[in-house]
Amino acid sequence: MVKHAKPNLSVNIGSLVLRNPVMVASGTFGYAEEFKGLLDLKKLGAIVTKTITIKPRHGNISPRTCETPAGMLNSIGLENPGIDSFIKNKLPFLKKLGIPIIVSIAAEDDPGEFYILVGQLDKINEVCAIELNISCPNMQKNKLISQDAGETSALVSAVRKLTKKCLITKLSPNVTSISDIALAAQEAGSDAVALINTLSGMSIDVYKRASKIGSWVGGLSGPAIRPIAVKMVWEAYNKIKIPIIGMGGIMDIENALEFFFAGSTAISVGTANFINPRASLEIISGLEKYMADNGILNLSNITGKLKACED
Amino acid sequence: MEAVQLKAKIISNKKLKCNYWYLEFDSRIIAKSALPGQFIEVKTGNGIDPLLRRPISVHSVSGTQVKLVYEVIGKGTQILSERKPGAFLDVIGPLGNGFEYNRLTKKLDKQKTILVAGGMGVAPLVFLAEKIKSHRPVVLIGARNKEQVLCAQEFKDLGCKVIITTDDGSLGFKGRVTELLKGFLSENQKTGKPEHIYACGPQPMLKTVVQISRENNIASQLSLETHMACGFGVCLGCVVSTKTGYKRVCKDGPVFMGKELIW
Repeated sequence: MVKHAKPNLSVNIGSLVLRNPVMVASGTFGYAEEFKGLLDLKKLGAIVTKTITIKPRHGNISPRTCETPAGMLNSIGLENPGIDSFIKNKLPFLKKLGIPIIVSIAAEDDPGEFYILVGQLDKINEVCAIELNISCPNMQKNKLISQDAGETSALVSAVRKLTKKCLITKLSPNVTSISDIALAAQEAGSDAVALINTLSGMSIDVYKRASKIGSWVGGLSGPAIRPIAVKMVWEAYNKIKIPIIGMGGIMDIENALEFFFAGSTAISVGTANFINPRASLEIISGLEKYMADNGILNLSNITGKLKACED
Repeated sequence: MEAVQLKAKIISNKKLKCNYWYLEFDSRIIAKSALPGQFIEVKTGNGIDPLLRRPISVHSVSGTQVKLVYEVIGKGTQILSERKPGAFLDVIGPLGNGFEYNRLTKKLDKQKTILVAGGMGVAPLVFLAEKIKSHRPVVLIGARNKEQVLCAQEFKDLGCKVIITTDDGSLGFKGRVTELLKGFLSENQKTGKPEHIYACGPQPMLKTVVQISRENNIASQLSLETHMACGFGVCLGCVVSTKTGYKRVCKDGPVFMGKELIW
């Protein structure tokens, strides 16, 4: 058997260099310290923090989660301690890990809040990238920024002027054409797009005749949404040039490969973190093995490398 | 101690009675560190439906074995009941804070500590009773009927006084366990007020226990049961309102002081 060279798992997302392409998705990994003892955090490609707002947020009323077939709904409502407390109390642990830290941020009322948040994070060396969460479905808003190409473009270009750090725009699947929004983010200067955020959903307890979620509706995640996410990555890949960070129900290496073939440069593990905290590390070793077994030296040789369906 | 994720060998998995099951798994690490009131997040089957783990209280530990008592109510627990001894169970634990009992007065006075269990709520209280048996706690057990009274003999074997009540009166008193608690407190007024109430059971029962303990000015600790997505404090899904804001049942609980809950 031919012994192949060790595959290279590193990828570039704008100015950001990742040792491997497996990250953990915002909102499913807290600020990493929650996972202490459950996995070797230093092996992750990158950590995306729970979304931070300027002021602390208490979040939505209970119940906030419910299980659905092969998935779950959540309506946490961006509970977070606010940027100042994040920098003081959460960031020190993340800094010590020595792996890329991506901070997810959101505005509560006014897009201008993004400018303040970016201004503060821009000064912190260990923050390698900023993820603009313009797609959280649990803010009781009629319309999200990422549901409008014009608004997405305006926000990204304004933020672009404020920082040289890698900018990632996280997109909502609750749109008519996600590739149009992805293109708008690219044209406005985003270094990458992350997709997909959760799908709006609802589940009803028929015995109580009530929604299972306190704030009525939530965001659906988990394996149930994977085919939708894969299709959206593929659609965006065919329209944009910037890297795509693909996510949506990735549980194992096979699921991850789907996203690479569909056009992802990197992937994020989300809901799986709740069930198998080691899922992301298992995917990293699975990817190494897949590449070695197939003589693939670089991830660029699998991203978007999809064949037509043979009968 | 930090929780660990591991594959633990199932030693036994048997039906106790009705829909109640008793499962023992082998894990030296978890058995050594688990405290009364803590729980285990169990992956019941291998697939993605059900997707989430099921949180189950530690009923007791002996040697390297951890014992769980669970009720088969849905698909997840049904799958768990079909798991065979010798198979490996994917568990994360021990999780949660557990009961605080080290500060109980060291006097060996009888009937100063009351454990109130509703239905499945007996499970973590057996473990607690074992740790505080020198205090000779009184255990009040409430169940729907005779068949559903669990663990009474285990409490007796630990030297606890056990009083039972059933909704239909088929065993012990007739009525709710909270009514039994009220009666017990008024009957024992002369012998001195109990110092502590520990309770576990359905939420309406716990709410009434909090009310009774407030009225009688007795400290109470409640072990809350709720649906959880992660079980280790990261998803922020299982919060409860307290005087200091939302707290996570899985990480800041599942045991809360009655006085801190906003109920």
